[in-house]
Amino acid sequence: MTATSSQNEAVASDGSVPVLSAVNVVKEFKVAGGHITAVDNVSVDFHAGKVLAVVGESGSGKSTLARMLLRLMPVTSGTIKYLGKDVTNIKGSELRAYWRDVQAVFQDPFSSFNQFFTVGQTLRRRMSAKQGDESLDELIERCLSYVGLKSRDAVNKFPHQLSGGQRQRVMIARALMMNPKVLLADEATSMLDASLRVSALNVLQDLRDRLGLTVLFITHDIGQACYLADEVVVMENGLVVERGLTDDVIFNPQNAYTKRLLADVPDLKGSLKSRNN
Amino acid sequence: MTNVPQSAILAEEAEPKPGPGSQVTATTRPSWRNLNFGPRMWVALTIIFLIVLMAEVGPFVYPYKSSLKVGSLYDEPSAAHLLGTDNFGHDIIAVLMNSTRNSLLNGLLAGTLAVFIGVLIGILAGYVGGWFEELLMGITNIVVAIPSIVVLILISMSLQHTNVGFLKGIGGLALVIGITSWPWTARAVRAQASSVATREHIDIAKLSGAGTPSILIRDVLPYLASYVVMAWVLQLASAILAESTLSMLGLGPSGTDSLGIELHWALAFQAVSTGAWWAFLPPTIILTLISFSLLYLQSSLDEVFNPRLRRGKKKNLAKAAARRAETARKLAQQNEKVEVLS
Repeated sequence: MTATSSQNEAVASDGSVPVLSAVNVVKEFKVAGGHITAVDNVSVDFHAGKVLAVVGESGSGKSTLARMLLRLMPVTSGTIKYLGKDVTNIKGSELRAYWRDVQAVFQDPFSSFNQFFTVGQTLRRRMSAKQGDESLDELIERCLSYVGLKSRDAVNKFPHQLSGGQRQRVMIARALMMNPKVLLADEATSMLDASLRVSALNVLQDLRDRLGLTVLFITHDIGQACYLADEVVVMENGLVVERGLTDDVIFNPQNAYTKRLLADVPDLKGSLKSRNN
Repeated sequence: MTNVPQSAILAEEAEPKPGPGSQVTATTRPSWRNLNFGPRMWVALTIIFLIVLMAEVGPFVYPYKSSLKVGSLYDEPSAAHLLGTDNFGHDIIAVLMNSTRNSLLNGLLAGTLAVFIGVLIGILAGYVGGWFEELLMGITNIVVAIPSIVVLILISMSLQHTNVGFLKGIGGLALVIGITSWPWTARAVRAQASSVATREHIDIAKLSGAGTPSILIRDVLPYLASYVVMAWVLQLASAILAESTLSMLGLGPSGTDSLGIELHWALAFQAVSTGAWWAFLPPTIILTLISFSLLYLQSSLDEVFNPRLRRGKKKNLAKAAARRAETARKLAQQNEKVEVLS
């Protein structure tokens, strides 16, 4: 634990203030004959304008961590802080205010939609506050343009009339309409095919650069984390096993699990070489 | 079927199917046409339409009023009164029309009330969960455990002494049936709602700042709509039958007509033993038709909402198989030619 916390400080010491942080968060699920610890005493900090990737295999607790950070799931113990304020147990209007600042995009771009609503209806359904002078249509237009969609092409369509990539981009636009400070992308690119995946990753990168968005990028694919993230946290069985700046973790991994994850990344050159031989 | 090469199937999928504009019409016709209403649906709807027509329009067209005394006790069917008269000397057809109207109205009121309460409790329990779900389902189980016929009898008897006109008539009975028959709808809706509540679009709605009422109405209810419609149709049928049962036992409202009350009087005045079939057969047949058509409608709705239950149209399947075989034969011929040439 001492090693991890010193690494944590190393990440925090680059001068930026944590926007969102999880402190010693634990999540236990009751199952028949005992309980499973999905997230075990995890502490993570998100710094403004940075992309933090959480990497781990299925069942490593990364999505559970995201849902707890989003306050869609209660924590068993620990604290979630937003801008230094404890938000672990907020309710009602406070929680809604929190959701205005912390938004998410989920894995499955189809089940994230209410299939009975058009894209326009889905997007229009947002908190009325924080709108400013801009009309709702202008806001929709602007947010869709961030993700490379045209408002008049998309708003009257039903989710099933859009491709997977378009749906995911609409979901990103929906999150952006709230003008959030933090965006949690929970396996947001996993169900997209390779070319769409890169474009979605570029959208996220672009948003960070242009809007100063803090992004939590959850993925099982260490390659995507490497492409996008400033910092990487590696999780295994609910524990954080390694964390640090992306370059350090990817090119100089300390933990055996991280090394294994890196070894599992398909190597294009390697496969070509073996075929030539 | 078994010898069709994969390439032939793929070729068929890639090309628009041959035939008289099948693809074009499929995309241009209105979406409700794609719902695939089967023949069962049309049979059920026709019967329901005819019964409603008889009940709602009949009394305006038919020359006799149901309260008018036109003959004596159980006059046999004649040219003037095609189904004869009942024990009060009223024309049976006029009484039947009025009774059907009241019975349908009762079913509509009671069924809608039961579905409303059931959906409300079920959706709240399923969506909110936790102790609230336990509480609501506890109440539901208590209501299930109380024998509803006893409650029905007690309340309907006490309603006969009330001074409120609405409660004394068919409305009171509908109210009683409605508030005793919601539990199974609540249970079924709860199960469905708790499964919908775990879907991601609910989380998205929450993140968009939607309040609980908005989520329930716009994100949960549409996903249960097919279920609710079917529950409603079944509740209509069972409410109409419950009313008839109570009325036949003499617990129905007095001074009004209903199919059950007709049967009650037929029993009381010994229509069965005196052979006056025209007094008890018509209401029985109408009741049977109503519940048959509603149950039939429910099962055909099930087919519309649940595509897996749709019977595959054998004709279309055979056509598709023939088409695939034809394409496969052509491909094989081409391959042969290529081989010969090379």
